[in-house]
Amino acid sequence: MNLFLLNLILALVWGAVTGSFAPANLLFGFALGFTALWMVRDRFAINDVKRPARIARLAWLFIYELVLSSIKVARDTLSPRMEFRPAIIAIPLDVEEDIGIMLLANLISLTPGTLSVDISQDRTTLYLHAMDVDDPDDLRRDIKQGFERRIMEALG
Amino acid sequence: MDEFGRMFLIWSANIALGAMLVSFALTVYRLLRGPSFADRVVALDMLALLGIGFIGVIAVKTGDYAYLDVAIALALVGFLATVAFARYIDRGARGEPDGAPVHQSNPQGRGDDA
Amino acid sequence: MIEFIGGVIILIGGAFSLIAGIGLARLPDLYVRMHAATKAGTLGAGLVLLALALEAQELEVAARAIAGLIFLFFTAPIAAHLLGRAGYLAGVPLWSQSCMDELADKYDPETKELKGAPQARDGIG
Repeated sequence: MNLFLLNLILALVWGAVTGSFAPANLLFGFALGFTALWMVRDRFAINDVKRPARIARLAWLFIYELVLSSIKVARDTLSPRMEFRPAIIAIPLDVEEDIGIMLLANLISLTPGTLSVDISQDRTTLYLHAMDVDDPDDLRRDIKQGFERRIMEALG
Repeated sequence: MDEFGRMFLIWSANIALGAMLVSFALTVYRLLRGPSFADRVVALDMLALLGIGFIGVIAVKTGDYAYLDVAIALALVGFLATVAFARYIDRGARGEPDGAPVHQSNPQGRGDDA
Repeated sequence: MIEFIGGVIILIGGAFSLIAGIGLARLPDLYVRMHAATKAGTLGAGLVLLALALEAQELEVAARAIAGLIFLFFTAPIAAHLLGRAGYLAGVPLWSQSCMDELADKYDPETKELKGAPQARDGIG
Protein backbone atom coordinates (compact mmCIF):
# COMPACT_ATOMS: atom_id res chain seq x y z
CA MET A 1 0.00 0.00 0.00
CA ASN A 2 1.13 3.50 -0.71
CA LEU A 3 3.21 4.61 2.24
CA PHE A 4 1.81 8.11 2.34
CA LEU A 5 -1.73 6.75 2.40
CA LEU A 6 -0.75 4.45 5.21
CA ASN A 7 0.67 7.37 7.13
CA LEU A 8 -2.58 9.29 6.69
CA ILE A 9 -4.55 6.32 7.94
CA LEU A 10 -2.28 6.05 10.96
CA ALA A 11 -2.90 9.72 11.71
CA LEU A 12 -6.64 9.13 11.55
CA VAL A 13 -6.36 6.10 13.80
CA TRP A 14 -4.44 8.20 16.30
CA GLY A 15 -7.21 10.75 16.16
CA ALA A 16 -9.82 8.05 16.77
CA VAL A 17 -7.96 6.49 19.67
CA THR A 18 -7.32 9.77 21.46
CA GLY A 19 -10.85 10.95 20.76
CA SER A 20 -9.96 14.22 19.12
CA PHE A 21 -9.80 15.12 15.45
CA ALA A 22 -8.42 18.59 16.08
CA PRO A 23 -5.85 19.53 13.42
CA ALA A 24 -3.01 19.75 15.93
CA ASN A 25 -3.71 16.24 17.15
CA LEU A 26 -3.94 14.84 13.64
CA LEU A 27 -0.64 16.44 12.78
CA PHE A 28 0.93 14.86 15.82
CA GLY A 29 -0.55 11.55 14.77
CA PHE A 30 0.91 11.99 11.33
CA ALA A 31 4.31 12.65 12.86
CA LEU A 32 4.03 9.58 15.04
CA GLY A 33 2.97 7.49 12.06
CA PHE A 34 5.86 8.86 10.05
CA THR A 35 8.30 7.83 12.79
CA ALA A 36 6.85 4.35 13.00
CA LEU A 37 6.90 3.85 9.24
CA TRP A 38 10.42 5.23 8.95
CA MET A 39 11.59 2.63 11.45
CA VAL A 40 10.22 -0.24 9.37
CA ARG A 41 10.82 1.29 5.94
CA ASP A 42 12.89 -1.59 4.66
CA ARG A 43 10.04 -4.04 4.89
CA PHE A 44 7.45 -2.46 2.61
CA ALA A 45 6.94 -2.92 -1.13
CA ILE A 46 5.39 -0.41 -3.50
CA ASN A 47 1.74 -0.41 -4.49
CA ASP A 48 -0.22 -1.32 -7.55
CA VAL A 49 -3.60 0.03 -8.55
CA LYS A 50 -6.01 -2.84 -8.09
CA ARG A 51 -4.84 -3.64 -4.59
CA PRO A 52 -7.44 -1.74 -2.56
CA ALA A 53 -10.30 -3.56 -4.24
CA ARG A 54 -8.73 -6.93 -3.62
CA ILE A 55 -7.91 -6.05 -0.05
CA ALA A 56 -11.49 -4.94 0.48
CA ARG A 57 -12.67 -8.22 -0.94
CA LEU A 58 -10.43 -10.07 1.47
CA ALA A 59 -11.76 -8.07 4.40
CA TRP A 60 -15.30 -8.86 3.35
CA LEU A 61 -14.34 -12.54 3.12
CA PHE A 62 -13.08 -12.41 6.69
CA ILE A 63 -16.31 -11.00 8.03
CA TYR A 64 -18.53 -13.27 5.97
CA GLU A 65 -16.63 -16.36 7.06
CA LEU A 66 -16.74 -15.38 10.70
CA VAL A 67 -20.50 -15.03 10.65
CA LEU A 68 -20.94 -18.28 8.77
CA SER A 69 -18.60 -20.11 11.12
CA SER A 70 -20.38 -18.95 14.22
CA ILE A 71 -23.68 -20.15 12.80
CA LYS A 72 -22.16 -23.54 12.08
CA VAL A 73 -20.67 -23.72 15.55
CA ALA A 74 -24.07 -22.83 16.93
CA ARG A 75 -25.68 -25.65 15.04
CA ASP A 76 -23.07 -28.17 16.08
CA THR A 77 -23.12 -27.13 19.70
CA LEU A 78 -26.84 -27.28 20.09
CA SER A 79 -27.37 -30.58 18.33
CA PRO A 80 -28.27 -33.21 20.92
CA ARG A 81 -26.20 -36.02 19.47
CA MET A 82 -22.67 -34.97 18.70
CA GLU A 83 -22.21 -36.34 15.22
CA PHE A 84 -19.23 -34.44 14.04
CA ARG A 85 -15.89 -36.09 13.35
CA PRO A 86 -12.94 -33.86 14.14
CA ALA A 87 -9.52 -34.40 12.63
CA ILE A 88 -6.17 -32.71 12.22
CA ILE A 89 -5.26 -32.20 8.57
CA ALA A 90 -2.17 -31.06 6.71
CA ILE A 91 -2.40 -28.43 3.99
CA PRO A 92 0.54 -27.83 1.67
CA LEU A 93 1.10 -24.10 1.26
CA ASP A 94 1.74 -21.94 -1.78
CA VAL A 95 1.95 -18.54 -0.11
CA GLU A 96 5.48 -17.66 0.85
CA GLU A 97 5.46 -14.33 2.63
CA ASP A 98 5.00 -14.37 6.35
CA ILE A 99 2.10 -11.98 6.23
CA GLY A 100 0.31 -14.18 3.72
CA ILE A 101 0.72 -17.16 5.97
CA MET A 102 -0.50 -15.16 8.93
CA LEU A 103 -3.58 -13.98 7.03
CA LEU A 104 -4.31 -17.51 5.88
CA ALA A 105 -3.96 -18.93 9.38
CA ASN A 106 -6.20 -16.21 10.78
CA LEU A 107 -8.76 -16.68 8.05
CA ILE A 108 -8.76 -20.42 8.67
CA SER A 109 -9.31 -19.88 12.36
CA LEU A 110 -12.26 -17.65 11.59
CA THR A 111 -13.92 -19.99 9.10
CA PRO A 112 -16.55 -22.59 9.84
CA GLY A 113 -15.13 -25.59 11.55
CA THR A 114 -11.39 -25.07 11.14
CA LEU A 115 -8.68 -23.84 13.47
CA SER A 116 -5.01 -23.58 12.58
CA VAL A 117 -2.78 -25.57 14.90
CA ASP A 118 0.76 -25.35 13.67
CA ILE A 119 2.98 -24.73 10.71
CA SER A 120 6.05 -26.64 9.72
CA GLN A 121 9.47 -25.20 10.30
CA ASP A 122 10.21 -24.71 6.62
CA ARG A 123 6.83 -23.03 6.07
CA THR A 124 5.60 -25.56 3.55
CA THR A 125 2.74 -27.12 5.46
CA LEU A 126 -0.04 -25.80 7.62
CA TYR A 127 -1.75 -28.14 10.03
CA LEU A 128 -5.28 -27.37 11.04
CA HIS A 129 -7.90 -28.91 13.27
CA ALA A 130 -11.26 -29.37 11.60
CA MET A 131 -14.43 -29.91 13.51
CA ASP A 132 -16.36 -32.02 11.02
CA VAL A 133 -14.48 -33.65 8.19
CA ASP A 134 -16.05 -35.89 5.58
CA ASP A 135 -13.29 -35.80 3.02
CA PRO A 136 -9.93 -34.24 3.83
CA ASP A 137 -9.09 -33.64 0.19
CA ASP A 138 -12.26 -31.63 -0.24
CA LEU A 139 -11.22 -29.45 2.64
CA ARG A 140 -7.73 -29.04 1.23
CA ARG A 141 -9.12 -28.01 -2.12
CA ASP A 142 -11.58 -25.58 -0.58
CA ILE A 143 -8.91 -23.83 1.37
CA LYS A 144 -6.41 -23.65 -1.44
CA GLN A 145 -8.80 -22.46 -4.09
CA GLY A 146 -10.87 -20.25 -1.86
CA PHE A 147 -8.76 -18.52 0.73
CA GLU A 148 -5.24 -19.01 -0.43
CA ARG A 149 -5.99 -17.75 -3.90
CA ARG A 150 -7.76 -14.64 -2.58
CA ILE A 151 -4.92 -13.91 -0.22
CA MET A 152 -2.29 -14.30 -2.90
CA GLU A 153 -4.28 -12.00 -5.14
CA ALA A 154 -4.67 -9.40 -2.46
CA LEU A 155 -1.01 -9.44 -1.62
CA GLY A 156 0.00 -9.05 -5.22
CA MET B 1 -42.29 5.00 17.78
CA ASP B 2 -39.23 6.38 19.41
CA GLU B 3 -40.54 5.30 22.78
CA PHE B 4 -40.98 1.77 21.50
CA GLY B 5 -37.49 1.76 20.08
CA ARG B 6 -36.00 2.76 23.39
CA MET B 7 -38.04 0.16 25.26
CA PHE B 8 -37.03 -2.55 22.83
CA LEU B 9 -33.40 -1.63 23.30
CA ILE B 10 -33.57 -1.87 27.09
CA TRP B 11 -35.53 -5.09 26.90
CA SER B 12 -33.11 -6.76 24.51
CA ALA B 13 -30.17 -5.52 26.57
CA ASN B 14 -31.62 -7.19 29.62
CA ILE B 15 -32.18 -10.44 27.77
CA ALA B 16 -28.63 -10.35 26.44
CA LEU B 17 -27.33 -9.75 29.96
CA GLY B 18 -29.25 -12.77 31.17
CA ALA B 19 -27.89 -14.92 28.37
CA MET B 20 -24.35 -13.80 29.12
CA LEU B 21 -24.88 -14.58 32.77
CA VAL B 22 -25.82 -18.14 31.94
CA SER B 23 -22.83 -18.35 29.64
CA PHE B 24 -20.65 -17.06 32.46
CA ALA B 25 -21.86 -19.83 34.76
CA LEU B 26 -21.20 -22.47 32.10
CA THR B 27 -17.73 -21.09 31.52
CA VAL B 28 -16.95 -21.20 35.22
CA TYR B 29 -18.05 -24.83 35.17
CA ARG B 30 -15.49 -25.50 32.47
CA LEU B 31 -12.91 -23.49 34.40
CA LEU B 32 -13.32 -25.72 37.41
CA ARG B 33 -13.82 -28.95 35.56
CA GLY B 34 -11.70 -28.79 32.40
CA PRO B 35 -9.36 -31.73 32.60
CA SER B 36 -6.32 -29.99 31.20
CA PHE B 37 -4.70 -26.68 31.97
CA ALA B 38 -5.35 -25.47 28.43
CA ASP B 39 -9.08 -25.98 28.95
CA ARG B 40 -8.94 -23.61 31.88
CA VAL B 41 -7.10 -21.04 29.81
CA VAL B 42 -9.78 -21.21 27.14
CA ALA B 43 -12.35 -20.66 29.86
CA LEU B 44 -10.43 -17.61 31.09
CA ASP B 45 -10.30 -16.16 27.60
CA MET B 46 -14.05 -16.71 27.30
CA LEU B 47 -14.56 -14.93 30.62
CA ALA B 48 -12.69 -11.92 29.26
CA LEU B 49 -14.86 -11.92 26.13
CA LEU B 50 -17.97 -12.15 28.26
CA GLY B 51 -16.67 -9.28 30.34
CA ILE B 52 -16.38 -7.19 27.21
CA GLY B 53 -19.92 -8.13 26.30
CA PHE B 54 -21.24 -7.21 29.75
CA ILE B 55 -19.49 -3.86 29.72
CA GLY B 56 -20.73 -3.07 26.22
CA VAL B 57 -24.33 -3.84 27.08
CA ILE B 58 -24.17 -1.82 30.29
CA ALA B 59 -22.67 1.10 28.39
CA VAL B 60 -25.58 0.96 25.98
CA LYS B 61 -28.09 0.78 28.82
CA THR B 62 -26.72 3.62 30.91
CA GLY B 63 -25.52 5.81 28.06
CA ASP B 64 -22.26 6.31 29.93
CA TYR B 65 -19.65 5.56 27.31
CA ALA B 66 -16.66 5.84 29.60
CA TYR B 67 -17.04 2.10 30.10
CA LEU B 68 -15.93 1.51 26.56
CA ASP B 69 -12.32 2.18 27.52
CA VAL B 70 -12.56 -0.55 30.13
CA ALA B 71 -13.84 -2.95 27.49
CA ILE B 72 -10.96 -2.15 25.16
CA ALA B 73 -8.46 -2.57 27.97
CA LEU B 74 -10.04 -5.95 28.79
CA ALA B 75 -9.71 -7.04 25.18
CA LEU B 76 -6.02 -6.18 25.20
CA VAL B 77 -5.28 -7.77 28.54
CA GLY B 78 -7.33 -10.88 27.80
CA PHE B 79 -5.44 -11.47 24.59
CA LEU B 80 -2.06 -10.96 26.23
CA ALA B 81 -2.97 -13.21 29.13
CA THR B 82 -4.03 -16.00 26.81
CA VAL B 83 -0.83 -15.69 24.81
CA ALA B 84 1.23 -15.69 28.01
CA PHE B 85 -0.49 -18.83 29.27
CA ALA B 86 -0.05 -20.51 25.91
CA ARG B 87 3.67 -19.82 26.02
CA TYR B 88 3.80 -21.12 29.56
CA ILE B 89 2.25 -24.40 28.48
CA ASP B 90 4.48 -24.47 25.44
CA ARG B 91 7.63 -24.07 27.51
CA GLY B 92 6.47 -26.85 29.79
CA ALA B 93 5.84 -29.13 26.83
CA ARG B 94 9.33 -28.51 25.48
CA GLY B 95 10.86 -29.22 28.83
CA GLU B 96 12.32 -25.77 29.24
CA PRO B 97 12.54 -24.28 32.71
CA ASP B 98 9.76 -21.99 33.97
CA GLY B 99 7.19 -23.99 32.07
CA ALA B 100 4.02 -25.69 33.14
CA PRO B 101 4.83 -28.84 35.12
CA VAL B 102 4.39 -32.07 33.22
CA HIS B 103 3.06 -35.32 34.63
CA GLN B 104 5.58 -37.75 36.04
CA SER B 105 4.23 -40.47 33.77
CA ASN B 106 4.90 -38.46 30.63
CA PRO B 107 8.23 -36.66 30.73
CA GLN B 108 8.32 -35.99 26.97
CA GLY B 109 4.84 -34.58 26.54
CA ARG B 110 2.31 -35.75 23.88
CA GLY B 111 0.26 -38.57 25.27
CA ASP B 112 -1.02 -37.11 28.48
CA ASP B 113 -2.26 -33.68 29.40
CA ALA B 114 -0.40 -30.90 31.16
CA MET C 1 -35.07 3.17 14.20
CA ILE C 2 -31.42 2.99 15.08
CA GLU C 3 -32.37 1.77 18.50
CA PHE C 4 -34.35 -1.06 17.04
CA ILE C 5 -31.40 -2.25 14.96
CA GLY C 6 -29.11 -1.87 17.95
CA GLY C 7 -31.45 -3.95 20.04
CA VAL C 8 -31.54 -6.73 17.49
CA ILE C 9 -27.75 -6.75 17.23
CA ILE C 10 -27.40 -6.94 21.00
CA LEU C 11 -29.83 -9.84 21.10
CA ILE C 12 -27.88 -11.76 18.50
CA GLY C 13 -24.65 -10.98 20.31
CA GLY C 14 -26.07 -12.30 23.55
CA ALA C 15 -27.29 -15.42 21.80
CA PHE C 16 -23.86 -16.14 20.38
CA SER C 17 -22.22 -15.61 23.75
CA LEU C 18 -24.67 -18.07 25.23
CA ILE C 19 -23.91 -20.58 22.49
CA ALA C 20 -20.21 -20.17 23.14
CA GLY C 21 -20.78 -20.92 26.82
CA ILE C 22 -22.90 -23.96 26.07
CA GLY C 23 -20.24 -25.16 23.66
CA LEU C 24 -17.51 -24.73 26.23
CA ALA C 25 -19.44 -26.77 28.75
CA ARG C 26 -20.68 -29.47 26.42
CA LEU C 27 -18.11 -30.25 23.76
CA PRO C 28 -15.91 -33.28 24.19
CA ASP C 29 -12.36 -32.10 23.66
CA LEU C 30 -10.11 -29.08 24.04
CA TYR C 31 -9.73 -28.31 20.34
CA VAL C 32 -13.45 -28.42 19.57
CA ARG C 33 -14.11 -26.23 22.59
CA MET C 34 -11.71 -23.71 21.23
CA HIS C 35 -13.72 -23.55 18.03
CA ALA C 36 -16.77 -22.55 20.04
CA ALA C 37 -15.06 -20.07 22.31
CA THR C 38 -13.09 -18.36 19.57
CA LYS C 39 -15.69 -18.02 16.89
CA ALA C 40 -18.98 -17.69 18.69
CA GLY C 41 -17.52 -15.88 21.68
CA THR C 42 -15.66 -13.33 19.59
CA LEU C 43 -18.67 -12.72 17.40
CA GLY C 44 -20.85 -12.25 20.48
CA ALA C 45 -18.56 -9.67 22.06
CA GLY C 46 -17.94 -8.06 18.68
CA LEU C 47 -21.63 -7.64 17.97
CA VAL C 48 -22.13 -5.94 21.32
CA LEU C 49 -19.36 -3.50 20.45
CA LEU C 50 -20.96 -2.93 17.07
CA ALA C 51 -24.29 -2.13 18.70
CA LEU C 52 -22.44 0.25 21.01
CA ALA C 53 -20.90 1.98 18.01
CA LEU C 54 -24.34 2.38 16.47
CA GLU C 55 -26.05 3.64 19.59
CA ALA C 56 -23.50 6.23 20.52
CA GLN C 57 -24.24 9.55 18.92
CA GLU C 58 -20.65 10.72 19.08
CA LEU C 59 -18.01 9.90 16.51
CA GLU C 60 -15.21 9.35 19.00
CA VAL C 61 -17.08 6.67 20.91
CA ALA C 62 -18.08 4.88 17.73
CA ALA C 63 -14.54 5.05 16.41
CA ARG C 64 -13.13 3.51 19.57
CA ALA C 65 -15.72 0.78 19.55
CA ILE C 66 -14.93 -0.11 15.95
CA ALA C 67 -11.22 -0.10 16.73
CA GLY C 68 -11.87 -2.50 19.61
CA LEU C 69 -13.93 -4.68 17.31
CA ILE C 70 -11.19 -4.92 14.69
CA PHE C 71 -8.63 -5.68 17.36
CA LEU C 72 -10.78 -8.51 18.71
CA PHE C 73 -11.26 -10.05 15.29
CA PHE C 74 -7.57 -10.09 14.60
CA THR C 75 -6.30 -11.25 17.97
CA ALA C 76 -8.79 -13.95 18.89
CA PRO C 77 -7.70 -16.38 16.16
CA ILE C 78 -4.05 -15.83 17.04
CA ALA C 79 -4.66 -16.60 20.69
CA ALA C 80 -6.67 -19.68 19.80
CA HIS C 81 -3.95 -20.94 17.49
CA LEU C 82 -1.21 -20.47 20.09
CA LEU C 83 -3.24 -22.19 22.75
CA GLY C 84 -4.17 -25.07 20.47
CA ARG C 85 -0.59 -25.63 19.50
CA ALA C 86 0.62 -25.47 23.09
CA GLY C 87 -2.10 -27.86 24.16
CA TYR C 88 -1.19 -30.28 21.40
CA LEU C 89 2.49 -30.19 22.34
CA ALA C 90 1.63 -30.70 25.98
CA GLY C 91 -0.22 -33.83 25.07
CA VAL C 92 -3.88 -32.93 25.44
CA PRO C 93 -5.63 -35.87 23.78
CA LEU C 94 -8.01 -35.60 20.84
CA TRP C 95 -11.59 -36.73 21.19
CA SER C 96 -11.92 -40.47 20.87
CA GLN C 97 -14.19 -40.08 17.88
CA SER C 98 -11.79 -37.98 15.88
CA CYS C 99 -11.08 -39.57 12.58
CA MET C 100 -7.47 -38.79 11.88
CA ASP C 101 -4.47 -36.93 13.15
CA GLU C 102 -1.97 -36.03 10.48
CA LEU C 103 0.17 -34.20 12.96
CA ALA C 104 0.74 -37.27 15.05
CA ASP C 105 4.38 -38.22 14.54
CA LYS C 106 5.69 -35.18 12.82
CA TYR C 107 7.32 -33.54 15.80
CA ASP C 108 10.96 -34.10 16.46
CA PRO C 109 10.90 -35.56 19.97
CA GLU C 110 13.71 -33.49 21.39
CA THR C 111 13.44 -30.04 19.89
CA LYS C 112 9.75 -30.17 19.01
CA GLU C 113 10.43 -28.85 15.54
CA LEU C 114 7.94 -29.63 12.89
CA LYS C 115 8.97 -31.02 9.54
CA GLY C 116 6.93 -30.43 6.41
CA ALA C 117 4.56 -33.06 5.10
CA PRO C 118 6.01 -35.37 2.43
CA GLN C 119 3.58 -34.27 -0.28
CA ALA C 120 4.30 -30.56 0.12
CA ARG C 121 3.92 -28.17 -2.85
CA ASP C 122 2.31 -30.55 -5.26
CA GLY C 123 -0.12 -28.25 -7.01
CA ILE C 124 -3.57 -29.02 -5.70
CA GLY C 125 -5.50 -25.90 -6.60
